[in-house]
Amino acid sequence: MANEIILLLLIVVAGTGGELCVARTMQAVGPATDFRLAALIQLILRVLRIGWMWLGLLLMAVAFFSLLDMLSLENVSFVVPVTALRYGFGAAGGKVFLREQVTGKRWAGVLLVCIGVGLVLIGKR
Amino acid sequence: MKTSASSPSKIYLLIVLMVILGPVGNVLLGKGMKRIGAATAWNPVELLHFLEMLSRSGVIWLGVACLMAFFAVYMLVLSWADYSYVQLASAMAYGMVALLGHFLLGEVVTPLRWAGVLIICLGVLVVGHTPPRTTEQG
Repeated sequence: MANEIILLLLIVVAGTGGELCVARTMQAVGPATDFRLAALIQLILRVLRIGWMWLGLLLMAVAFFSLLDMLSLENVSFVVPVTALRYGFGAAGGKVFLREQVTGKRWAGVLLVCIGVGLVLIGKR
Repeated sequence: MKTSASSPSKIYLLIVLMVILGPVGNVLLGKGMKRIGAATAWNPVELLHFLEMLSRSGVIWLGVACLMAFFAVYMLVLSWADYSYVQLASAMAYGMVALLGHFLLGEVVTPLRWAGVLIICLGVLVVGHTPPRTTEQG
């Protein structure tokens, strides 16, 4: 059980951290508007020049391998919903790290997601 | 092909793609990992052996391909909408995972777990009624 808790924490914390870093990268790069191959390659090269992207990829790799290990221990219909806990971290991280304005309505959505995750956890027993 | 603006319909379409690709990828990974089993130790030799087994599984590769496609779509959406919006809107995928796990993998999903998944989706709907972007584009 301790192993599963550690894996869950790694999935949630490293996964959210990685996504925040990638989101920060995309904010810096700006919106994609040109979908020609040359433009897309240029966009990828611009993205890869940003340090946040590499940190994001590293954190997401940690979360990915933790997810794989967790999937070998538990059912996918349990593991994936439980990882929704990252939405709480995500909304908080979006507000603090990316300066997004998370409205009361969005927080209400986060609360519902967290209650849903709680039920999924209880439903396992 | 050149587009001038990120319309809400484009964002919704890409989120639908995310909701399909992510769960299918996760279900394939779950199927593959059930066959391979857990990593028994964290020393380098065991980890290399674990990675070798992963690399030999076609189902795992297919799952990874789906998740890579999911990631590409996700990056695109992130350049158009807020992280906290996209992340929550894509939570619809949790309902899809429970459905696929039940019908494709034969997993037992208790009524309480279904209720949890339903409330997660409800939370997503609440978020869907908030503006997609609250920050200036870079």
